[in-house]
Amino acid sequence: MLTLFASFLSQLTQTLLVVLIAPLMLGWVGQCRAWLQNRSGPGLLQPYRVLFKLFDKEALLAHNASVVFRSAPYIQFGCMVLAASVVPIVETNLLFAPAADVIALVGVFALARVFSALAAMDVGTSFGSLGARREMLVASLSEPALLMVFFTPLLIVQSSSLNVIVDTLAHREFALYPSLAFAAVAFIMVLLAENARIPIDNPATHLELTMIHEALVLEYSGRYLALIEWATAIKFTTYCAIGIALFAPWGIAGAGAWQTLPAAIVALIVKLGIIGLGLALLETISAKMRIFRAPEFLGMAFMLAALGMLTRLLLGA
Amino acid sequence: MSTMPMSVQLINLMAALMLLIAFAMLAQRRILSLIYLFAWQGAVLAVNSLIVAWYTGHNELYLSAFFTVLLKVIVLPVALLYLIRKLNITWDVETLINIPTTLFAGIILVVFAFNLALPISQLAGTITRGTLGIAIAVVLLAFLMMITRRKAVPQVIGFLAMENGLFFAATSATYGMPMVVELGILLDVMVGILILGIFFFQVREAFDSLDLKHMEKLKESGE
Repeated sequence: MLTLFASFLSQLTQTLLVVLIAPLMLGWVGQCRAWLQNRSGPGLLQPYRVLFKLFDKEALLAHNASVVFRSAPYIQFGCMVLAASVVPIVETNLLFAPAADVIALVGVFALARVFSALAAMDVGTSFGSLGARREMLVASLSEPALLMVFFTPLLIVQSSSLNVIVDTLAHREFALYPSLAFAAVAFIMVLLAENARIPIDNPATHLELTMIHEALVLEYSGRYLALIEWATAIKFTTYCAIGIALFAPWGIAGAGAWQTLPAAIVALIVKLGIIGLGLALLETISAKMRIFRAPEFLGMAFMLAALGMLTRLLLGA
Repeated sequence: MSTMPMSVQLINLMAALMLLIAFAMLAQRRILSLIYLFAWQGAVLAVNSLIVAWYTGHNELYLSAFFTVLLKVIVLPVALLYLIRKLNITWDVETLINIPTTLFAGIILVVFAFNLALPISQLAGTITRGTLGIAIAVVLLAFLMMITRRKAVPQVIGFLAMENGLFFAATSATYGMPMVVELGILLDVMVGILILGIFFFQVREAFDSLDLKHMEKLKESGE
Protein backbone atom coordinates (compact mmCIF):
# COMPACT_ATOMS: atom_id res chain seq x y z
CA MET A 1 0.00 0.00 0.00
CA LEU A 2 2.79 2.32 0.99
CA THR A 3 4.72 1.60 -2.20
CA LEU A 4 1.60 2.23 -4.24
CA PHE A 5 1.14 5.55 -2.49
CA ALA A 6 4.79 6.45 -3.03
CA SER A 7 4.60 5.68 -6.71
CA PHE A 8 1.33 7.63 -6.98
CA LEU A 9 2.97 10.61 -5.32
CA SER A 10 6.01 10.33 -7.58
CA GLN A 11 3.75 10.07 -10.63
CA LEU A 12 1.74 13.12 -9.63
CA THR A 13 4.74 15.33 -8.96
CA GLN A 14 6.53 14.32 -12.14
CA THR A 15 3.50 14.88 -14.37
CA LEU A 16 2.78 18.23 -12.74
CA LEU A 17 6.44 19.17 -13.05
CA VAL A 18 6.50 18.50 -16.80
CA VAL A 19 3.17 20.22 -17.41
CA LEU A 20 4.18 23.29 -15.44
CA ILE A 21 7.75 23.71 -16.66
CA ALA A 22 6.87 23.04 -20.31
CA PRO A 23 6.21 26.71 -21.19
CA LEU A 24 9.40 27.63 -19.32
CA MET A 25 11.34 25.26 -21.59
CA LEU A 26 9.94 26.99 -24.68
CA GLY A 27 10.77 30.33 -23.10
CA TRP A 28 14.33 29.19 -22.48
CA VAL A 29 14.81 28.11 -26.10
CA GLY A 30 13.36 31.41 -27.30
CA GLN A 31 15.60 33.34 -24.94
CA CYS A 32 18.70 31.45 -26.11
CA ARG A 33 17.77 32.10 -29.71
CA ALA A 34 17.36 35.80 -28.94
CA TRP A 35 20.77 35.91 -27.29
CA LEU A 36 22.41 34.12 -30.20
CA GLN A 37 20.84 36.60 -32.60
CA ASN A 38 21.96 39.59 -30.52
CA ARG A 39 18.45 40.48 -29.46
CA SER A 40 17.44 41.07 -25.86
CA GLY A 41 14.59 38.54 -26.02
CA PRO A 42 11.14 38.42 -24.44
CA GLY A 43 12.24 36.81 -21.19
CA LEU A 44 11.84 33.31 -19.84
CA LEU A 45 8.27 33.80 -18.67
CA GLN A 46 6.85 35.01 -21.97
CA PRO A 47 5.03 31.72 -22.82
CA TYR A 48 3.23 31.90 -19.45
CA ARG A 49 2.14 35.45 -20.17
CA VAL A 50 0.82 34.36 -23.57
CA LEU A 51 -1.09 31.49 -21.97
CA PHE A 52 -2.63 33.78 -19.32
CA LYS A 53 -3.62 36.26 -21.98
CA LEU A 54 -5.24 33.60 -24.14
CA PHE A 55 -7.12 31.98 -21.25
CA ASP A 56 -8.49 35.39 -20.41
CA LYS A 57 -9.75 36.10 -23.91
CA GLU A 58 -13.08 35.15 -25.38
CA ALA A 59 -13.06 32.01 -27.52
CA LEU A 60 -14.60 32.60 -30.92
CA LEU A 61 -15.86 29.68 -32.99
CA ALA A 62 -16.67 29.50 -36.66
CA HIS A 63 -20.38 29.02 -37.39
CA ASN A 64 -19.86 25.64 -38.95
CA ALA A 65 -17.47 24.34 -36.29
CA SER A 66 -18.50 20.87 -35.19
CA VAL A 67 -17.86 18.99 -31.97
CA VAL A 68 -14.55 17.74 -33.40
CA PHE A 69 -13.30 21.29 -33.62
CA ARG A 70 -14.32 22.04 -30.05
CA SER A 71 -13.05 18.82 -28.49
CA ALA A 72 -9.74 18.56 -30.37
CA PRO A 73 -7.80 20.94 -28.07
CA TYR A 74 -8.85 18.97 -25.00
CA ILE A 75 -7.93 15.67 -26.65
CA GLN A 76 -4.54 17.05 -27.67
CA PHE A 77 -3.88 18.39 -24.20
CA GLY A 78 -4.97 15.09 -22.63
CA CYS A 79 -2.75 13.06 -24.96
CA MET A 80 0.26 15.20 -24.17
CA VAL A 81 -0.30 14.98 -20.42
CA LEU A 82 -0.57 11.20 -20.73
CA ALA A 83 2.62 11.10 -22.79
CA ALA A 84 4.35 13.30 -20.24
CA SER A 85 3.31 11.00 -17.41
CA VAL A 86 4.86 7.81 -18.82
CA VAL A 87 8.31 9.31 -19.35
CA PRO A 88 10.48 9.16 -16.22
CA ILE A 89 12.28 12.44 -15.68
CA VAL A 90 13.65 12.38 -12.13
CA GLU A 91 12.60 9.00 -10.78
CA THR A 92 11.66 5.68 -12.38
CA ASN A 93 8.94 4.71 -9.92
CA LEU A 94 5.95 5.71 -12.05
CA LEU A 95 2.44 4.42 -11.46
CA PHE A 96 1.31 4.95 -15.05
CA ALA A 97 4.37 3.36 -16.61
CA PRO A 98 2.62 0.04 -17.42
CA ALA A 99 -0.07 2.04 -19.24
CA ALA A 100 2.08 2.79 -22.24
CA ASP A 101 5.49 1.66 -23.44
CA VAL A 102 7.49 3.63 -26.00
CA ILE A 103 5.60 2.13 -28.94
CA ALA A 104 2.25 3.08 -27.43
CA LEU A 105 3.76 6.49 -26.80
CA VAL A 106 4.18 6.96 -30.56
CA GLY A 107 0.50 6.03 -30.86
CA VAL A 108 -0.50 8.65 -28.28
CA PHE A 109 1.36 11.31 -30.25
CA ALA A 110 -0.33 10.08 -33.43
CA LEU A 111 -3.78 10.31 -31.82
CA ALA A 112 -3.18 13.93 -30.89
CA ARG A 113 -1.97 14.67 -34.40
CA VAL A 114 -4.94 13.02 -36.10
CA PHE A 115 -7.30 15.17 -34.06
CA SER A 116 -5.39 18.34 -34.76
CA ALA A 117 -5.55 17.57 -38.49
CA LEU A 118 -9.26 16.72 -38.34
CA ALA A 119 -10.00 19.92 -36.45
CA ALA A 120 -8.02 21.94 -38.97
CA MET A 121 -10.09 20.51 -41.82
CA ASP A 122 -13.35 20.78 -39.88
CA VAL A 123 -13.99 24.45 -40.47
CA GLY A 124 -13.24 24.09 -44.15
CA THR A 125 -10.82 26.94 -44.72
CA SER A 126 -8.12 26.38 -47.30
CA PHE A 127 -5.33 27.14 -44.84
CA GLY A 128 -6.59 24.51 -42.44
CA SER A 129 -6.63 21.80 -45.11
CA LEU A 130 -3.24 22.90 -46.38
CA GLY A 131 -1.76 22.75 -42.89
CA ALA A 132 -3.37 19.37 -42.21
CA ARG A 133 -1.98 17.90 -45.38
CA ARG A 134 1.51 19.20 -44.71
CA GLU A 135 1.36 18.02 -41.12
CA MET A 136 0.39 14.54 -42.29
CA LEU A 137 3.16 14.52 -44.88
CA VAL A 138 5.75 15.26 -42.22
CA ALA A 139 4.12 12.89 -39.72
CA SER A 140 3.92 9.96 -42.11
CA LEU A 141 7.68 10.18 -42.53
CA SER A 142 8.74 11.07 -39.00
CA GLU A 143 6.71 8.36 -37.28
CA PRO A 144 8.49 5.37 -38.82
CA ALA A 145 11.78 7.15 -38.12
CA LEU A 146 10.76 7.64 -34.48
CA LEU A 147 9.82 3.96 -34.11
CA MET A 148 13.13 2.99 -35.69
CA VAL A 149 14.95 5.24 -33.21
CA PHE A 150 13.22 3.45 -30.32
CA PHE A 151 14.14 -0.01 -31.56
CA THR A 152 17.86 0.43 -30.86
CA PRO A 153 17.54 1.05 -27.09
CA LEU A 154 14.83 -1.61 -27.01
CA LEU A 155 17.24 -4.13 -28.50
CA ILE A 156 19.98 -3.17 -26.06
CA VAL A 157 17.77 -3.36 -22.98
CA GLN A 158 15.37 -6.05 -24.23
CA SER A 159 12.36 -4.20 -22.89
CA SER A 160 9.98 -1.62 -24.28
CA SER A 161 9.08 0.04 -20.99
CA LEU A 162 10.76 3.40 -20.56
CA ASN A 163 11.21 2.77 -16.83
CA VAL A 164 13.16 -0.43 -17.41
CA ILE A 165 15.19 1.21 -20.18
CA VAL A 166 16.19 4.10 -17.92
CA ASP A 167 16.90 1.80 -14.97
CA THR A 168 19.15 -0.41 -17.07
CA LEU A 169 20.93 2.27 -19.05
CA ALA A 170 21.48 4.58 -16.09
CA HIS A 171 23.01 1.95 -13.84
CA ARG A 172 25.37 0.05 -16.09
CA GLU A 173 29.10 0.10 -16.42
CA PHE A 174 30.54 2.42 -19.02
CA ALA A 175 30.39 1.09 -22.57
CA LEU A 176 30.55 2.71 -25.98
CA TYR A 177 27.42 2.27 -28.03
CA PRO A 178 27.85 3.64 -31.57
CA SER A 179 24.35 2.37 -32.31
CA LEU A 180 22.92 4.65 -29.61
CA ALA A 181 24.84 7.59 -31.07
CA PHE A 182 23.24 6.97 -34.48
CA ALA A 183 19.84 6.68 -32.87
CA ALA A 184 20.43 9.89 -30.91
CA VAL A 185 21.25 11.90 -34.03
CA ALA A 186 18.17 10.49 -35.76
CA PHE A 187 16.09 11.32 -32.69
CA ILE A 188 17.21 14.96 -32.77
CA MET A 189 16.16 15.16 -36.43
CA VAL A 190 12.76 13.65 -35.63
CA LEU A 191 12.40 15.99 -32.65
CA LEU A 192 12.93 19.00 -34.89
CA ALA A 193 10.39 17.75 -37.41
CA GLU A 194 7.71 16.67 -34.94
CA ASN A 195 7.85 19.82 -32.88
CA ALA A 196 7.73 22.18 -35.85
CA ARG A 197 11.22 23.53 -35.23
CA ILE A 198 13.29 25.35 -37.78
CA PRO A 199 14.66 23.14 -40.54
CA ILE A 200 11.16 21.79 -41.16
CA ASP A 201 8.82 24.49 -39.89
CA ASN A 202 9.16 27.88 -38.27
CA PRO A 203 6.96 28.24 -35.19
CA ALA A 204 7.14 32.03 -35.42
CA THR A 205 5.98 32.41 -39.00
CA HIS A 206 2.61 33.34 -40.39
CA LEU A 207 3.69 33.22 -44.00
CA GLU A 208 1.24 30.96 -45.77
CA LEU A 209 3.81 29.46 -48.11
CA THR A 210 5.88 27.97 -45.35
CA MET A 211 3.75 27.41 -42.28
CA ILE A 212 2.69 23.96 -41.14
CA HIS A 213 1.83 24.05 -37.48
CA GLU A 214 0.53 27.61 -37.54
CA ALA A 215 -1.84 26.80 -40.41
CA LEU A 216 -3.40 24.05 -38.30
CA VAL A 217 -4.31 26.32 -35.40
CA LEU A 218 -5.22 29.40 -37.40
CA GLU A 219 -8.94 29.13 -36.61
CA TYR A 220 -8.52 28.74 -32.87
CA SER A 221 -8.71 31.51 -30.32
CA GLY A 222 -9.05 32.07 -26.60
CA ARG A 223 -8.83 29.10 -24.27
CA TYR A 224 -8.76 26.62 -27.16
CA LEU A 225 -5.64 28.21 -28.55
CA ALA A 226 -4.14 28.40 -25.08
CA LEU A 227 -4.67 24.66 -24.58
CA ILE A 228 -3.12 23.89 -27.95
CA GLU A 229 -0.12 26.11 -27.29
CA TRP A 230 0.30 24.52 -23.89
CA ALA A 231 0.01 21.03 -25.39
CA THR A 232 2.67 21.99 -27.92
CA ALA A 233 4.97 23.06 -25.11
CA ILE A 234 4.32 19.82 -23.20
CA LYS A 235 4.99 17.81 -26.33
CA PHE A 236 8.30 19.58 -26.83
CA THR A 237 9.36 19.04 -23.22
CA THR A 238 8.24 15.41 -23.33
CA TYR A 239 10.33 14.84 -26.42
CA CYS A 240 13.34 16.33 -24.63
CA ALA A 241 12.56 14.07 -21.65
CA ILE A 242 12.40 11.01 -23.92
CA GLY A 243 15.74 12.00 -25.42
CA ILE A 244 17.24 12.31 -21.94
CA ALA A 245 15.71 9.01 -20.84
CA LEU A 246 17.03 7.08 -23.83
CA PHE A 247 20.40 8.64 -24.51
CA ALA A 248 21.52 10.46 -21.35
CA PRO A 249 19.77 8.81 -18.39
CA TRP A 250 22.62 9.42 -15.92
CA GLY A 251 21.38 10.87 -12.68
CA ILE A 252 17.76 9.75 -12.87
CA ALA A 253 17.01 8.22 -9.49
CA GLY A 254 15.96 4.59 -9.24
CA ALA A 255 12.67 3.51 -7.73
CA GLY A 256 12.46 4.45 -4.06
CA ALA A 257 15.89 6.10 -3.95
CA TRP A 258 14.65 9.26 -2.28
CA GLN A 259 18.08 10.42 -1.15
CA THR A 260 19.28 10.85 -4.75
CA LEU A 261 16.24 12.93 -5.75
CA PRO A 262 17.82 16.39 -5.27
CA ALA A 263 20.75 15.36 -7.45
CA ALA A 264 18.31 13.99 -10.03
CA ILE A 265 16.40 17.27 -10.13
CA VAL A 266 19.59 19.28 -10.56
CA ALA A 267 20.68 16.89 -13.32
CA LEU A 268 17.34 17.30 -15.06
CA ILE A 269 17.53 21.08 -14.99
CA VAL A 270 21.11 21.07 -16.28
CA LYS A 271 20.25 18.61 -19.07
CA LEU A 272 17.13 20.48 -20.16
CA GLY A 273 19.14 23.71 -20.14
CA ILE A 274 21.84 22.19 -22.33
CA ILE A 275 19.27 20.72 -24.73
CA GLY A 276 17.52 24.08 -25.02
CA LEU A 277 20.78 25.86 -25.73
CA GLY A 278 21.78 23.22 -28.28
CA LEU A 279 18.45 23.43 -30.09
CA ALA A 280 18.60 27.22 -30.15
CA LEU A 281 22.10 27.00 -31.64
CA LEU A 282 20.92 24.47 -34.22
CA GLU A 283 17.98 26.65 -35.17
CA THR A 284 20.14 29.73 -35.45
CA ILE A 285 22.74 28.22 -37.75
CA SER A 286 20.34 26.39 -40.06
CA ALA A 287 17.86 27.80 -42.53
CA LYS A 288 14.33 26.58 -43.01
CA MET A 289 14.04 23.96 -45.71
CA ARG A 290 11.62 23.93 -48.56
CA ILE A 291 8.72 21.70 -47.64
CA PHE A 292 9.64 19.21 -50.36
CA ARG A 293 13.07 18.82 -48.83
CA ALA A 294 11.43 17.52 -45.64
CA PRO A 295 11.04 13.95 -46.97
CA GLU A 296 14.76 13.85 -47.64
CA PHE A 297 15.56 15.17 -44.17
CA LEU A 298 13.33 12.58 -42.54
CA GLY A 299 14.52 9.85 -44.88
CA MET A 300 17.99 10.62 -43.58
CA ALA A 301 16.71 10.32 -40.01
CA PHE A 302 15.13 6.99 -40.83
CA MET A 303 18.33 5.81 -42.47
CA LEU A 304 20.43 6.80 -39.46
CA ALA A 305 18.05 5.05 -37.09
CA ALA A 306 18.05 1.93 -39.27
CA LEU A 307 21.83 2.08 -39.36
CA GLY A 308 21.91 2.26 -35.57
CA MET A 309 19.68 -0.77 -35.33
CA LEU A 310 21.79 -2.66 -37.86
CA THR A 311 24.95 -1.78 -35.97
CA ARG A 312 23.36 -3.08 -32.81
CA LEU A 313 22.08 -6.28 -34.40
CA LEU A 314 25.10 -7.15 -36.46
CA LEU A 315 28.02 -5.70 -34.54
CA GLY A 316 26.57 -6.08 -31.08
CA ALA A 317 27.66 -2.56 -30.25
CA MET B 1 24.17 -7.07 -20.90
CA SER B 2 27.61 -8.42 -21.65
CA THR B 3 30.27 -5.80 -21.96
CA MET B 4 33.04 -6.16 -24.50
CA PRO B 5 36.68 -5.29 -23.86
CA MET B 6 37.63 -1.68 -24.49
CA SER B 7 39.69 -2.51 -27.60
CA VAL B 8 36.74 -4.15 -29.34
CA GLN B 9 34.47 -1.29 -28.32
CA LEU B 10 36.84 1.30 -29.80
CA ILE B 11 37.25 -0.67 -33.01
CA ASN B 12 33.48 -1.06 -33.29
CA LEU B 13 33.15 2.68 -32.84
CA MET B 14 35.59 3.29 -35.69
CA ALA B 15 33.74 0.77 -37.85
CA ALA B 16 30.45 2.52 -37.16
CA LEU B 17 32.07 5.85 -38.09
CA MET B 18 33.35 4.33 -41.36
CA LEU B 19 29.85 3.16 -42.18
CA LEU B 20 28.39 6.55 -41.29
CA ILE B 21 30.88 8.38 -43.51
CA ALA B 22 30.20 5.94 -46.36
CA PHE B 23 26.49 6.73 -46.11
CA ALA B 24 27.17 10.45 -45.82
CA MET B 25 29.18 10.27 -49.06
CA LEU B 26 26.30 8.47 -50.71
CA ALA B 27 23.92 11.22 -49.61
CA GLN B 28 26.22 14.12 -50.39
CA ARG B 29 25.26 16.50 -53.18
CA ARG B 30 28.35 18.68 -53.37
CA ILE B 31 31.74 17.69 -54.65
CA LEU B 32 33.63 19.82 -52.14
CA SER B 33 31.92 18.16 -49.16
CA LEU B 34 32.53 14.81 -50.81
CA ILE B 35 36.27 15.45 -50.78
CA TYR B 36 36.19 16.51 -47.11
CA LEU B 37 34.24 13.37 -46.25
CA PHE B 38 36.83 11.29 -48.08
CA ALA B 39 39.57 12.93 -46.01
CA TRP B 40 37.63 12.18 -42.81
CA GLN B 41 37.24 8.57 -43.87
CA GLY B 42 41.00 8.33 -44.30
CA ALA B 43 41.48 9.82 -40.84
CA VAL B 44 39.11 7.29 -39.25
CA LEU B 45 40.93 4.54 -41.10
CA ALA B 46 44.27 5.72 -39.72
CA VAL B 47 42.93 5.94 -36.16
CA ASN B 48 41.55 2.43 -36.54
CA SER B 49 44.96 1.16 -37.64
CA LEU B 50 46.53 2.89 -34.63
CA ILE B 51 44.04 1.28 -32.24
CA VAL B 52 44.58 -2.17 -33.73
CA ALA B 53 48.36 -1.66 -33.64
CA TRP B 54 48.24 -0.53 -30.00
CA TYR B 55 46.17 -3.46 -28.79
CA THR B 56 47.80 -6.22 -30.84
CA GLY B 57 51.42 -5.06 -30.96
CA HIS B 58 51.67 -5.28 -34.74
CA ASN B 59 54.20 -2.51 -35.21
CA GLU B 60 54.00 -2.30 -38.99
CA LEU B 61 50.43 -1.03 -38.60
CA TYR B 62 51.83 2.20 -37.13
CA LEU B 63 53.68 2.71 -40.39
CA SER B 64 50.57 1.91 -42.37
CA ALA B 65 48.59 4.44 -40.31
CA PHE B 66 51.26 7.02 -41.06
CA PHE B 67 51.06 6.37 -44.79
CA THR B 68 47.25 6.49 -44.63
CA VAL B 69 47.35 9.91 -43.03
CA LEU B 70 49.97 11.16 -45.45
CA LEU B 71 48.26 9.95 -48.58
CA LYS B 72 44.54 9.76 -47.89
CA VAL B 73 44.13 12.67 -45.51
CA ILE B 74 46.64 15.10 -47.00
CA VAL B 75 47.93 14.35 -50.49
CA LEU B 76 44.85 12.94 -52.26
CA PRO B 77 42.29 15.45 -50.92
CA VAL B 78 44.64 18.33 -51.71
CA ALA B 79 45.16 16.94 -55.19
CA LEU B 80 41.42 16.57 -55.69
CA LEU B 81 40.76 20.08 -54.38
CA TYR B 82 43.40 21.40 -56.80
CA LEU B 83 41.76 19.44 -59.61
CA ILE B 84 38.26 20.76 -59.04
CA ARG B 85 39.60 24.27 -58.78
CA LYS B 86 41.50 23.87 -62.05
CA LEU B 87 38.51 22.28 -63.74
CA ASN B 88 36.29 24.97 -62.20
CA ILE B 89 33.67 22.48 -61.06
CA THR B 90 31.26 24.24 -58.78
CA TRP B 91 28.07 22.46 -59.74
CA ASP B 92 26.15 20.08 -57.52
CA VAL B 93 26.60 16.40 -58.12
CA GLU B 94 23.93 14.98 -60.35
CA THR B 95 22.74 11.54 -59.38
CA LEU B 96 21.01 9.01 -61.58
CA ILE B 97 18.63 7.82 -58.87
CA ASN B 98 17.29 10.20 -56.23
CA ILE B 99 19.14 10.22 -52.94
CA PRO B 100 16.62 8.61 -50.53
CA THR B 101 16.26 5.65 -52.88
CA THR B 102 20.03 5.31 -53.03
CA LEU B 103 20.20 5.36 -49.25
CA PHE B 104 17.63 2.57 -48.93
CA ALA B 105 19.52 0.55 -51.49
CA GLY B 106 22.55 1.20 -49.29
CA ILE B 107 20.81 -0.24 -46.22
CA ILE B 108 19.97 -3.40 -48.17
CA LEU B 109 23.62 -3.62 -49.24
CA VAL B 110 24.72 -3.39 -45.61
CA VAL B 111 22.50 -6.31 -44.62
CA PHE B 112 23.80 -8.28 -47.58
CA ALA B 113 27.41 -7.49 -46.68
CA PHE B 114 26.92 -8.61 -43.10
CA ASN B 115 25.45 -11.93 -44.17
CA LEU B 116 28.34 -12.33 -46.59
CA ALA B 117 30.91 -11.62 -43.90
CA LEU B 118 29.40 -13.82 -41.21
CA PRO B 119 31.04 -17.16 -42.20
CA ILE B 120 34.38 -15.47 -42.87
CA SER B 121 34.47 -13.60 -39.58
CA GLN B 122 33.66 -16.76 -37.65
CA LEU B 123 36.86 -18.28 -39.01
CA ALA B 124 39.01 -15.25 -38.25
CA GLY B 125 40.70 -15.13 -34.89
CA THR B 126 41.41 -11.40 -34.78
CA ILE B 127 39.92 -8.98 -32.27
CA THR B 128 38.57 -7.00 -35.18
CA ARG B 129 36.61 -9.81 -36.83
CA GLY B 130 33.21 -8.25 -36.10
CA THR B 131 33.99 -5.30 -38.33
CA LEU B 132 34.61 -7.33 -41.48
CA GLY B 133 30.95 -6.99 -42.43
CA ILE B 134 31.18 -3.23 -42.17
CA ALA B 135 34.34 -3.23 -44.28
CA ILE B 136 32.58 -5.17 -47.05
CA ALA B 137 29.60 -2.85 -46.69
CA VAL B 138 31.86 0.19 -47.14
CA VAL B 139 33.27 -1.35 -50.33
CA LEU B 140 29.79 -2.06 -51.68
CA LEU B 141 28.53 1.40 -50.75
CA ALA B 142 31.44 3.00 -52.59
CA PHE B 143 30.54 0.80 -55.54
CA LEU B 144 26.96 2.00 -55.35
CA MET B 145 28.20 5.57 -55.31
CA MET B 146 30.24 4.99 -58.46
CA ILE B 147 27.19 3.49 -60.14
CA THR B 148 24.75 6.23 -59.20
CA ARG B 149 26.94 9.23 -60.00
CA ARG B 150 27.11 10.65 -63.46
CA LYS B 151 30.13 12.93 -63.30
CA ALA B 152 33.74 11.82 -63.39
CA VAL B 153 35.06 13.36 -60.15
CA PRO B 154 32.51 11.74 -57.78
CA GLN B 155 33.14 8.44 -59.50
CA VAL B 156 36.84 8.75 -58.80
CA ILE B 157 36.12 9.61 -55.17
CA GLY B 158 33.92 6.52 -55.05
CA PHE B 159 36.83 4.49 -56.36
CA LEU B 160 39.12 5.88 -53.66
CA ALA B 161 36.51 5.22 -50.98
CA MET B 162 36.34 1.64 -52.21
CA GLU B 163 40.07 1.34 -51.68
CA ASN B 164 39.54 2.66 -48.13
CA GLY B 165 36.99 -0.08 -47.58
CA LEU B 166 39.36 -2.75 -48.85
CA PHE B 167 42.09 -1.45 -46.59
CA PHE B 168 39.69 -1.56 -43.66
CA ALA B 169 38.71 -5.12 -44.59
CA ALA B 170 42.36 -6.17 -44.62
CA THR B 171 42.91 -4.62 -41.19
CA SER B 172 39.88 -6.30 -39.71
CA ALA B 173 40.41 -9.75 -41.23
CA THR B 174 44.16 -10.23 -40.93
CA TYR B 175 45.65 -7.18 -39.16
CA GLY B 176 46.61 -5.54 -42.43
CA MET B 177 48.26 -6.61 -45.64
CA PRO B 178 51.99 -7.29 -45.90
CA MET B 179 53.92 -4.03 -46.10
CA VAL B 180 55.06 -4.63 -49.68
CA VAL B 181 51.51 -5.14 -50.91
CA GLU B 182 50.31 -2.12 -48.98
CA LEU B 183 53.01 0.15 -50.37
CA GLY B 184 52.27 -1.17 -53.84
CA ILE B 185 48.58 -0.36 -53.50
CA LEU B 186 49.29 3.11 -52.15
CA LEU B 187 51.59 3.77 -55.08
CA ASP B 188 48.96 2.45 -57.48
CA VAL B 189 46.35 4.79 -56.04
CA MET B 190 48.77 7.69 -56.32
CA VAL B 191 49.54 6.96 -59.95
CA GLY B 192 45.85 6.27 -60.61
CA ILE B 193 44.94 9.72 -59.37
CA LEU B 194 47.68 11.30 -61.51
CA ILE B 195 46.44 9.52 -64.61
CA LEU B 196 42.79 10.27 -63.85
CA GLY B 197 43.68 13.90 -63.27
CA ILE B 198 45.13 14.12 -66.74
CA PHE B 199 42.23 12.09 -68.06
CA PHE B 200 39.72 14.61 -66.64
CA PHE B 201 41.28 17.39 -68.67
CA GLN B 202 41.19 15.25 -71.81
CA VAL B 203 37.55 14.32 -71.26
CA ARG B 204 36.61 17.92 -70.76
CA GLU B 205 38.52 19.00 -73.82
CA ALA B 206 36.82 16.38 -75.97
CA PHE B 207 33.24 16.75 -74.71
CA ASP B 208 33.19 20.14 -73.00
CA SER B 209 31.82 18.41 -69.90
CA LEU B 210 32.77 15.83 -67.30
CA ASP B 211 29.51 13.98 -67.74
CA LEU B 212 30.51 10.44 -68.57
CA LYS B 213 27.36 9.68 -70.51
CA HIS B 214 28.92 11.55 -73.41
CA MET B 215 31.46 8.78 -73.71
CA GLU B 216 28.72 6.37 -74.71
CA LYS B 217 28.51 8.21 -78.01
CA LEU B 218 31.87 6.76 -78.96
CA LYS B 219 30.16 3.44 -79.62
CA GLU B 220 29.50 2.69 -83.22
CA SER B 221 25.85 2.98 -83.97
CA GLY B 222 23.83 1.47 -86.72
CA GLU B 223 23.24 -2.12 -85.70
